[in-house]
Amino acid sequence: MKQSITLGKVTKFMGLGFLSTFKDLFTGKLGKEDYISFLRKVFVPLASILLFIGLWHMGAKSLYNTEAEFKIEKALTDQGPEAAEALRACIASGESSCQPNTLPSPAQVWGSYKSLLRDHNIISADKAAFAEKTAALNEKRIAAGKEAITYTGRPSFVDQIFRSLKTVFAGFLLALLIAVPLGIFIGLSPTLKSAFNWFIQIFKPVSPVVWYLLVFMIVKTLLIDSNEDSSFTISFISVGLCSMWATLVNTAMGVSSVDKDYINVAKVLKLGPFQKIFKVVLPSSLPLIFTGLKITLSVAWMVLIAIELLAQSPGLGLFVWEEFQNGANDSNAKIIVAMFVIGIIGFLLDRLMLTIQNAVSFDKTDAI
Amino acid sequence: MSTIIKDTPSFTNTSTFPSKEVMLDLKKLKKVYPTPKGDYVVLEDLNLQIRKEEFVTIIGHSGCGKTTMLSMIAGLNEISGGSISVLGKNIKGPGPDRGVIFQAPSLMPWMTALQNVLLGVNQVFPHATKGQRNDIAKYYLQKVGLEDAFHKRASELSQGMQQRVGIARAFAIKPKVLLLDEPFGMLDSLTRGELQDILIEIWNKEKITAVMITHDVDEAIFLADRVVMMTSGPKAKIGDILDIDFKRPRTRKSVLEHDDYYTYRKHLIDFLEH
Repeated sequence: MKQSITLGKVTKFMGLGFLSTFKDLFTGKLGKEDYISFLRKVFVPLASILLFIGLWHMGAKSLYNTEAEFKIEKALTDQGPEAAEALRACIASGESSCQPNTLPSPAQVWGSYKSLLRDHNIISADKAAFAEKTAALNEKRIAAGKEAITYTGRPSFVDQIFRSLKTVFAGFLLALLIAVPLGIFIGLSPTLKSAFNWFIQIFKPVSPVVWYLLVFMIVKTLLIDSNEDSSFTISFISVGLCSMWATLVNTAMGVSSVDKDYINVAKVLKLGPFQKIFKVVLPSSLPLIFTGLKITLSVAWMVLIAIELLAQSPGLGLFVWEEFQNGANDSNAKIIVAMFVIGIIGFLLDRLMLTIQNAVSFDKTDAI
Repeated sequence: MSTIIKDTPSFTNTSTFPSKEVMLDLKKLKKVYPTPKGDYVVLEDLNLQIRKEEFVTIIGHSGCGKTTMLSMIAGLNEISGGSISVLGKNIKGPGPDRGVIFQAPSLMPWMTALQNVLLGVNQVFPHATKGQRNDIAKYYLQKVGLEDAFHKRASELSQGMQQRVGIARAFAIKPKVLLLDEPFGMLDSLTRGELQDILIEIWNKEKITAVMITHDVDEAIFLADRVVMMTSGPKAKIGDILDIDFKRPRTRKSVLEHDDYYTYRKHLIDFLEH
């Protein structure tokens, strides 16, 4: 009995149900109610996006003017009217050296986005050329037992994204491996629960920054003999420790609140502890565990930026921080680009988790 | 509707059967729930013997402690006093020698019908081959009319079909005693009738000693060899026992047409209304 898989089913399964509305639009299968639903699902979000960009544009313009007036005023009082006039002309001409430094407009952000992509293309071309040049040499070096020469140039924006994703997934995996087993034990045993409760309550609200410092203290000493860069290790461990709490609490709750009927069935059938956990307790708490994992992944992605920035570990967080320190004319715009990229990736990660949750869990109703 | 327990002649029902015939023996059974206002005695001095291959139904008002008694027999509820023994051996906690069909079907919704039945079968027949265990589970699922739904998830089945799986699961582990806690209480009357027929059909074949709680007087008569009436709580005990002398196998029609049916029915309703 094979079920046909349609676009509508797939998109709904992934929590992207609004996409199927487009299909209906093109296949012309729309009734009156569908039109209303189409307007609501597609037109309203589009309109609100346009409204958002419009407000942003106007806000940025007004901030720009305030900043410009202030600069000119300052030049007038400090250096006299001629300097002020020169500055006014300079600002009006669009010369980059004298532009007011404030919230960038949507157009500037779009420009920065394109320039970041260009930059990425240049760097990857550079990398490819480097690899080609060193290919023959590297072969010889490896044959001679030496290490290959690697590209040590500046990472592009896209490279930073992938490094961040790597850190987040490493941290998420760590959180999963700690929180799920621990949560199961805590949920099953009231003794362990009272042993761990204070620990969870106290450490749950600790800020990512403090977690980073704690991990730094420990890892620094542990890796004292190693010459390797520990920033990646420190940052992924900190991300994992910051984000694991939601999974820990949810798993413990899910495991301890398994339907009493199921537990009674397990008792009557005299299932052993192993079978009871894997056949009854875990499947029944999967929806809650996944809710926890979803929160964990989004928290991991959220704290990543702060932690990368502190750990000086390459990635989007470091990118944002370096751009802020850099203070170049387009730095602010690049920061906003990074902000949108972070937001969109966060959204996609959430959908990814939802898709996995729908695939493995029996309860399809409570997925949000 | 007032219940005058004090004034009714107390049926202590001391009539005992030869111990060879007894499957399930409840002696001076007591259940106490401690509350802040002092102990609440649900059951007191409850004596009941159930013979091998007997089908007993238990009726009584809601909250009188029927379910408490049944879950004590199942081993899911602590015994405060007295004893429960199966074939002369006192019970210790729950076990597969006492199969339970719960009021809610209580299937694992993430498993298929077959997996749900296998969960018990694997536990009770650990030395059988995988094929043999599959055959047992499939046999009982066929018996309850689910041969087309082996591989359907429990969450996809209707309430009535889920309870059929519940019946198959309970019979498949071949218990010594079958405990049924109002298994058809949540079903509509048509489905209830169907399931009663299925239950009695399997039971006629397997003759597993059964204790079933019900609210339905007709169901109690149709299925049982004896109907046990419990007094209202607190301190509930056995009020009266009615022997049903219909021949087995029975059909609904033959039971309804029998001259004694209305006498039995009146007896039960009189008990419940006083």
